[in-house]
Amino acid sequence: MDILKGITLLAHKGETIGLVGPSGSGKSSLLMLMGGLERATRGQVRALGQDMGALNEDGLARLRRGRIGVVFQSFHLIPTMTALENVAVPLELQGAPDAFQRARDELHAVGLGARLGHYPAQLSGGEQQRVALARAAAPRPALLLADEPTGNLDSANGAAVMDLLFALQQRHGATLVMVTHAPELAARCGRIVRLADGLIAGEERAEVRAEVRA
Amino acid sequence: MSLPLAWRLARRELRGGLKGFGVFLACLALGVAAIAAVGMVRAAIERGLTDQGAVLLGGDAQVEFTYRFASANERAWMEGKALTLSEIVDFRSMAVVADARVLAQVKAVDSAYPLYGAVVLQGGASLPEALADTGLPGAAMESLLADQLGIAPGATFRLGTQEFRLNAVLEREPDGTSGGFALAPRVIVLRAALAGSGLLAEGTLFDSSYRMRLPANADLEALKTEAEALFRDQGLRWTDKRRAAPGAERFVERIGAFLVLVGLAGLAVGGVGVASAVRAYLEGKVSTIATLRSLGAETSLIFRVYLLQIAVLTALALVLGLGLGAALPVAFAPLIEARLPFPAEVGLYPRPVIEALFYGATSALVFALWPLAKASEVRAAALYRGGIGGGLPRGGALWAIGGLAALLVGGAVTLSGMAWLALSVAGGVIGALIALALAALGLMALARRLGRARLTQGRAGLRLALAAIGGPRSETMQVVLALGLGLSVLAAVGQIDANLRAAISRELPARAPSFFFVDIQPDQIADFKAMMAENPAVSRVESAPMLRGLVSQINGKDAREVAGNHWVVSSDRGLTYADALPEGTRITEGAWWPQGYDGPPQISFAAEEAQEMGLKLGDRVTMNILGRDITGEITSFREVDFSSGGMGFVLAMNAAALKGAPHSHIATVYAQEEAEAAILRQTSRRFANVTAIGIKAAVGRVAETLTAIAQAVTIAALVTLVTGFVVLIGAAAAGERQRRFEAAVLKVLGASRARILMSFALRAALTGAAAGLVAMATGAVSGWAVMTFVMEADYSFEPLSALAVIVGGVLATLLSGLAFMIRPLGLRPAGVLRALE
Repeated sequence: MDILKGITLLAHKGETIGLVGPSGSGKSSLLMLMGGLERATRGQVRALGQDMGALNEDGLARLRRGRIGVVFQSFHLIPTMTALENVAVPLELQGAPDAFQRARDELHAVGLGARLGHYPAQLSGGEQQRVALARAAAPRPALLLADEPTGNLDSANGAAVMDLLFALQQRHGATLVMVTHAPELAARCGRIVRLADGLIAGEERAEVRAEVRA
Repeated sequence: MSLPLAWRLARRELRGGLKGFGVFLACLALGVAAIAAVGMVRAAIERGLTDQGAVLLGGDAQVEFTYRFASANERAWMEGKALTLSEIVDFRSMAVVADARVLAQVKAVDSAYPLYGAVVLQGGASLPEALADTGLPGAAMESLLADQLGIAPGATFRLGTQEFRLNAVLEREPDGTSGGFALAPRVIVLRAALAGSGLLAEGTLFDSSYRMRLPANADLEALKTEAEALFRDQGLRWTDKRRAAPGAERFVERIGAFLVLVGLAGLAVGGVGVASAVRAYLEGKVSTIATLRSLGAETSLIFRVYLLQIAVLTALALVLGLGLGAALPVAFAPLIEARLPFPAEVGLYPRPVIEALFYGATSALVFALWPLAKASEVRAAALYRGGIGGGLPRGGALWAIGGLAALLVGGAVTLSGMAWLALSVAGGVIGALIALALAALGLMALARRLGRARLTQGRAGLRLALAAIGGPRSETMQVVLALGLGLSVLAAVGQIDANLRAAISRELPARAPSFFFVDIQPDQIADFKAMMAENPAVSRVESAPMLRGLVSQINGKDAREVAGNHWVVSSDRGLTYADALPEGTRITEGAWWPQGYDGPPQISFAAEEAQEMGLKLGDRVTMNILGRDITGEITSFREVDFSSGGMGFVLAMNAAALKGAPHSHIATVYAQEEAEAAILRQTSRRFANVTAIGIKAAVGRVAETLTAIAQAVTIAALVTLVTGFVVLIGAAAAGERQRRFEAAVLKVLGASRARILMSFALRAALTGAAAGLVAMATGAVSGWAVMTFVMEADYSFEPLSALAVIVGGVLATLLSGLAFMIRPLGLRPAGVLRALE
């Protein structure tokens, strides 16, 4: 069964894209393809100048390392590691000698300077997602992918996390692609891509939306 | 990617604690403990044998002769070297009290005995007191012999024609082990007291040994070389304290190696538990592994992270196992020392530690590598769906598993020193694992099929049980493998034990004679045969003159150079002479000498042995008989059957060649069982010097030894089964969550608790029965292989122990399952189902 059927999407450097659509429309699958977490059965996926289809699992892992950051709906922190260690992992994988110092800075930046030694189970959902944000952003990735990052959070926490996400994106000039169900979150993106039944059903740009509103 | 990073990540992962690793630790630790404990006991005995060498031997060095005493030359040489020389004579004779006649192993000593150690007598008397002449010469005997004769200290008994007074009951002789397997209980007397007994005449069967106390700086190797150069061709046998009891040493070494191999089978059972535990642990880590992947970790890093964790846990299990394995022999030291017929110095020895470490670490790796390799293949997409996939791991891992398995088998071959046996055990374990895996797959397929069949419709409990056996994530494979392998070992031991016993207690005596009579003097043999011929209860009598000699040369060359280590030349052998071709003897090549032949000596050699030694017709063989060389020519080969229990001589010579040498006759008598006691009485009354060896008593002694060995093996096999049980409990515990859910759903659908319990029990019983059935088959195959190829005896399937194995399998799974079945039954469905949401 094909989940995605004939999608052509180009994301420019520094652009922010919101992927929206009903359940089963293929949003998350598309995001996974962009991050190399899943492989396309047909067609081509290129990221950061590389054809992902030509890479094996380890090649994809090396491509992601430090250059693609992913934020998940269920956070996916490693339960046996502290907040600091979780954030340090991608830097350690890169071989950064100052991994822990940079992780510390990143956690301070998301307001968790006092929670460095806490384990995921000792943190609230909002705090866990902020750790995940810090982890994704710490290596200064060129591509930031977020899969319903506020899906498991209440509205106050969700809003705070979104502010942080966009702040990080702007600070590092990364390309951000975000899957979301919430129209107000999608509205913060420069471009909204609407999916239905594995196809792109429509696209809106912020400028156009602003004009419509005006 | 760097090892330090892998180690850092592994350390963080291990913070989760040892939860879920109970089965892993228990399986590995048990296997290692069993191997270490066996090794420690073996090392303790070996050390005991070495340290107590002089005591066990009864001297720093010993020289032995068969059927003769040392010549003046030999004696002079020994007296020249030794500080003290002690002469001992050892032979079998009948101890007689009125009508009671009991075979006894007589040790006739001199006043110097024992040179080392002390003889322990009941009541604390000393040996010289016990042997002193108080009107009658004194004696000390084992309580078994005194009981059989029905006498107590103070009473008298007869050896040959000499009366003795029993002065003390013998508890322990320091040199009791080195003599090897004794057919009869011991009696000690002074050699001088036998002068008037009529025993020890020329040609009778006895061993003389000369123990030497040597100066502290004596060079044993040089003395041995000198003695052998001077006297070996006259039948001298040298032993010294460096290897005082080579027989016992070999026995301990073999049994020890065999038990370690049984322990290895236990480790294989534990390996199944290790594999399941590692897989279960890694399944809980899928999300972490996928997260690491999404952050850019490569396969090799993930493999190392989890390999390091398993290595740490393995190290912990090894420490636990070694601790247990070393502590057990120490804790049971008094018991072990008391029950063993050998001296043992229980302590810590390095070799068994290294051996157990090697086996434990290698087998843990062999079994953990598969799930480890599969887990490191987990993709980042597993964060969304999927987990550890099925199928074979990729190339490198399979090679590594194969290489490690080969290392394990190679290690077992090298360390056990019994290559053939080690390879057979390894082949058996691998074969059994494959058979069990196939059986588990078959059972699962059958369960799926039956679950859909019309037959099971309307039987919800049965259908649920079948679905649980055949469904995804079923424990069937794990349970069948672990329990099945444990039971296989036990079944094989049961089959072999039962068949050996049957071979010894039924088949042998059916064909074997009632008695061997030895030491019949040439002037007695005619009367002896006439007496037996008159007895209607005697069906057959065979007799032959018997001498003892050493094959010293073949065609003028040293026999050991020509025939290597063949048993015929390794020590002195019995030989006979005959004029006419004995009845029932078949010549395979050449011709028997003509009747009344008195030309140059001719030899008829056992065909099979001759072929093994490379002998042909016309070869000249030199025998040293009681110090004299006789050379003859091989003129015929004949068939000799050594297994029937009758008489078998490798070497026969023409009568004229040997008749003049001092010798005695041996006879085998076949008689009705009821008449045996009367024959024994009649013989010993008429021929006081003749010794009767009852086959039934001898078989009894062999059976006793066999029982002790079987017990040791069964204990080792039980460790295997306990490990299997641990795996079962682990599987049952892991399945409890699933069972809780099933029970809740069934209750919602209206099933009673009894019905649910029946379904759970049925599933356990079916799995256990499948494991038991395969175990029975593999046990039977192993039993057949051992009986056919090792024992060269007939095999017949032994149903009783096989049935016990199947029932055991069912009971084991039921019992281990039951503990984890009861709790889910008691829970309220609402709570269970809500907790799962």
